[in-house]
Amino acid sequence: MLGEVAAEAVSVAMLALVLGFAVVRPWGWGEAVAAVPAAILVIALGAVSPHRALAEAERLGPIIGFLAAVLILAQLCQDEGLFRACGDWMARGAGKRPTRLLIRVFIVASVTTAVLSLDATVVLLTPIVFATAARLNARAKPYVYGTTHLANSASLLLPVSNLTNLIAFAASGLSFPRFAGLMLVPWLAAIAVEYVVFRRFFKTDLNVTPAPTQAAETAGLPVFALIVLVLTLAGFAATSLAGVNPAWAAAAGATVLGVRALVRRHTTPAAVWRAAGVPFLAFVLALGIVVTGVTENGLAGALMRVMPSGTTLPALLATAALAAALANVINNLPAVLVLLPLAAATGPGAVLAVLIGTNIGPNLTYAGSLATLLWRRVLREHGQGEPDLAEFTRLGLLTVPAGLVLATVALWAGLKVIGG
Amino acid sequence: MTVITWVVEGTWAACVDATRRLAPDNADIVLLHVTGGDVSAAAHGAYAGLLGRGPRRDRDPGPRLAELGAASAAELLEAAARALGRPCTTVERRGRVEREVVAVAEGADLLVLARDGDDTRLGPKSLGPASRFVVDHAPCPVLLVWPRETPGTGSIPPPPPHQHPHPPHPPGPGSPR
Repeated sequence: MLGEVAAEAVSVAMLALVLGFAVVRPWGWGEAVAAVPAAILVIALGAVSPHRALAEAERLGPIIGFLAAVLILAQLCQDEGLFRACGDWMARGAGKRPTRLLIRVFIVASVTTAVLSLDATVVLLTPIVFATAARLNARAKPYVYGTTHLANSASLLLPVSNLTNLIAFAASGLSFPRFAGLMLVPWLAAIAVEYVVFRRFFKTDLNVTPAPTQAAETAGLPVFALIVLVLTLAGFAATSLAGVNPAWAAAAGATVLGVRALVRRHTTPAAVWRAAGVPFLAFVLALGIVVTGVTENGLAGALMRVMPSGTTLPALLATAALAAALANVINNLPAVLVLLPLAAATGPGAVLAVLIGTNIGPNLTYAGSLATLLWRRVLREHGQGEPDLAEFTRLGLLTVPAGLVLATVALWAGLKVIGG
Repeated sequence: MTVITWVVEGTWAACVDATRRLAPDNADIVLLHVTGGDVSAAAHGAYAGLLGRGPRRDRDPGPRLAELGAASAAELLEAAARALGRPCTTVERRGRVEREVVAVAEGADLLVLARDGDDTRLGPKSLGPASRFVVDHAPCPVLLVWPRETPGTGSIPPPPPHQHPHPPHPPGPGSPR
């Protein structure tokens, strides 16, 4: 067995390796390529005991299953044309008023993020939003930027909205409806801040009256997929209240849509498998084990001293700010894994404050990471042009602190009214 | 002479219209559209910020947006050329929008662009940041058109009431007393 200092050093080195690999992505390899060997190494070197690693796997297993079901569900909704239908709805209501289009984009992006997770918003909805703006001959920037921002800040509402929420939900002891009840007003507050800032920030682009150049052809509404989604949402609440893991409701929804799509040949087994993102699931498990090594060999003790305890308003604000800062330094996924054990000891209020920080915080810096410069290099390699970093950062500075404060105040008030 | 008409989403029709009416018959008309890389880069950044999802080109919205952007730019230029109804060439560029426009205008005889700012308050803000840059740095004469009906002179606010920021001049030696 390693001494605690050596074990901590090994774990920190492995975490740095995993995160560094994720930033540099040598030879275009995925993050799991480094994370899985790193997890095996921390176990082999004794920084995390096999017993502890197994416990972590048992904890994360159901979460990963839940995540896979939601990822598949989102992809199947895409195959059924749900996002195309969203595009039609956004275009139809916009008329010649860019601000109306912005409102509809905000509604669609917020609901998509809440129900189908931020992955669905970033991967599946962003191209639809761009195409909708293009077909209306409107300037795409406010809508695309809004969608990417809301993928983070509108991921507060439900446990399924963000992987960080799924991880925290399991540790919080809250039921699905209670989680949603406490996060409803913070979610709305965060969206409202984004909307107010975007209206002012993109005043020029939103002032230009779109003049559609092409008649829009509209696709039909995928009624079956919508019904399955609504039933799945109801299933989340019902299973949770019955003491069953709501992951089963997600699995049931994905199964119903999946079997139907397979029978109708709208998808293939290989496509469903790809949608689950198996390397991503392996990455989450491996990261969990590496972070266990980091927290349990010393970081937890050190963080305990700076981590505010209690659910007074100043303590919640400090918790959210700490989580947001950490999310910007090491990305929000490891941040939530690090902070969760400490917050869970304080109670559900502190856990939800951590989520406010880790979910809204990433909008502060481009790609939610201080490794912005490296990302820029990656972008240039991809040859897709550069983001206007100054503009991006200004937008982050205008939305993130205000969103954090308002959402946390709303959470605090919710805790007072409904109770943790 | 060479006339560059800058085609931008939402305001291009007025520029094309002005070009058709005002450019001399023998002018070489170039319809220019610039796609900024920042929108697809923002989408790519959002995906890059999702730790662990891997560099999957089929999932990354960045390249998809770049493709969609290229297609929509081509359509826009086609629509503008149709609306112009005169011989012209179309040019599509990618990069920092305002800088690309200035670069293309180098050596041209006229650049046509539209106001795209806050047109409810006529004044400095009726130009957005990109058009402001282009107007300030254009290496050729600029024709600035309204994207909607040109406001009449009646829209000019009345002059401020005469104030005396400085004390009145002391009467000169020759002035009547």
